[in-house]
Amino acid sequence: MPNVSVNGIVIDDTFAEAFGMRATAIIITAPNRKWARQAAITMTGFATSVIGCGCEAAIDVELPPSATPDGRPGCRVMIFAMGTDELQKQLLNRVGQCVLTSPGSACFAGLEGSAELKLGSALRYFGDGWQISKKIGGRHFWRVPVMDGEFLCEATTGLTKGAVGGGNFFVMAESSAKALVAAEAAVAAIGLVPGAIVPFPGGIARSGSKIGGKYKGMIASANEAYAPTLRGVVRSELGSDINAVLEIVIDGETNDAVAAAMKAGIKAVIELGPKRGAVRISAGNYGGKLGKFIYSLKDMLP
Amino acid sequence: MKALTFTLVAEPPERLDLSPLTPERLAGIERRDIEKIQIGISKHGSEVGDIFRVAGNDPLDIVFEGGSTRLDRVAEGMRGGSVRVVGNAGAQAGRAMRGGTLTIEGNAGPHAGSGMRGGRLEITGNAGDHLGAPLAGELAGMNGGVLIVRGKAGGFAADRMRRGLIAVLKGSGDNAGSRMIAGTLVVAGGSGEMPGYLMRRGSILLDRAPKSLSPSFVECGAPESVFAAIIDRHLIAEGILKRPLLGIAPQKYGGDNAVLGMGEILFPR
Repeated sequence: MPNVSVNGIVIDDTFAEAFGMRATAIIITAPNRKWARQAAITMTGFATSVIGCGCEAAIDVELPPSATPDGRPGCRVMIFAMGTDELQKQLLNRVGQCVLTSPGSACFAGLEGSAELKLGSALRYFGDGWQISKKIGGRHFWRVPVMDGEFLCEATTGLTKGAVGGGNFFVMAESSAKALVAAEAAVAAIGLVPGAIVPFPGGIARSGSKIGGKYKGMIASANEAYAPTLRGVVRSELGSDINAVLEIVIDGETNDAVAAAMKAGIKAVIELGPKRGAVRISAGNYGGKLGKFIYSLKDMLP
Repeated sequence: MKALTFTLVAEPPERLDLSPLTPERLAGIERRDIEKIQIGISKHGSEVGDIFRVAGNDPLDIVFEGGSTRLDRVAEGMRGGSVRVVGNAGAQAGRAMRGGTLTIEGNAGPHAGSGMRGGRLEITGNAGDHLGAPLAGELAGMNGGVLIVRGKAGGFAADRMRRGLIAVLKGSGDNAGSRMIAGTLVVAGGSGEMPGYLMRRGSILLDRAPKSLSPSFVECGAPESVFAAIIDRHLIAEGILKRPLLGIAPQKYGGDNAVLGMGEILFPR
């Protein structure tokens, strides 16, 4: 099938290729929205890619007081990793250093999964013997004394083995500014999709990579086919009208969540139109041989 | 299947031990044989058929129509199903329950819910002394489950409680939560003298400042408490209370420092 054009934007006849991952989610609450977000943003910092960060994490959705266990504003945070052990390690380090420390915070399970990960049942040792265990309505909480009162933390949270990491699409535009506008529109739309996160800075990656490189030990390196400055030098994927490419990378709790997020993001870019935003949309893959999950762009159109 | 119903014909001539009449112990037994189970504990030796008119056939749904303070050990050790007493119950109702629901639509005698390990026991009237508490010689009292008294409870409610939730909604007698090992005791409507006497760990949640406290309790301030929010919401969601008990920053007293001192008494400021 040839490339199609929707609302003046060229949609490449290609697909995104994604992988199975392990994921968990927690709900962080705080006395107000600002501090719920602060704790969530801090614990999801330096969590853009498993290549160098050990995990990929971001805020999934913000929760109003009516949707949190303690009636305070909150955020649902999702964390993705390649293995259960690494996910457990990242979860405890991040909650221990970034949520436990954040003023007025509390932390709850955000996922019911096939297995459990330790949360409060490990962090409780911060209490040095003064921690209190409470089982309320079938849920187990630990109360750890801290300097502004108590840190309340659910004992465990769920783990899913059915998560998907690496759903993606490329937003390609005539200028950096237009590419950014289009990518921001996509990120805003994906923010409303439950169960999907965009872990890169502000949800956008500008250094989309290929696997390996010419230097020994490089797991990933420049994707020169999409680098506009190398357009005449290498076998480029870019036409003369493209001067900036931004990638939206999506991790989802399920295959469906990733597909829904891609659809929402692509729809937002298409609605923005080629004059203000992108002129072309593509996606990254490895020929379809490595990833278990394939998202064909033509299936993701609004 | 219709609820297995025991209708009280007249006031029993002796105290009765109803522990054989639980869903587990009646499963698969013909009505004719049920009527022959001995429940009287004196020389009368009354059988079920002497005291009750039996109807229905579902042992998972047992109803005692008509109550008496002589009906002891109702639903003792039950593990599932439901037992309902329409009227009063005697001593040790729901003792050592492990699951299911027991509802007493009336008053219960002493040691109701004694040593419960699970399930839900609800008493719409008042409960006697030693609610959920151990019998003489036992080390721990209530060990899990939910025990709700919509009326008043007597003295030593939740004595030596170890796990679970007890809620007393119209006030308790003296020494509520004495010797608590852990768990949660809620008392609305006033708690008598010296709640938490010799408690080691656990939480006693009150709707007002206690009348008196053992001098070995210490004041611990009133920081904001997520636990208070969680338990308030849980009590409302479970239909136990209609409005929040503690609020966001309850006053805390810690104790009893005559023993371990890791317990807490919380009440709204």
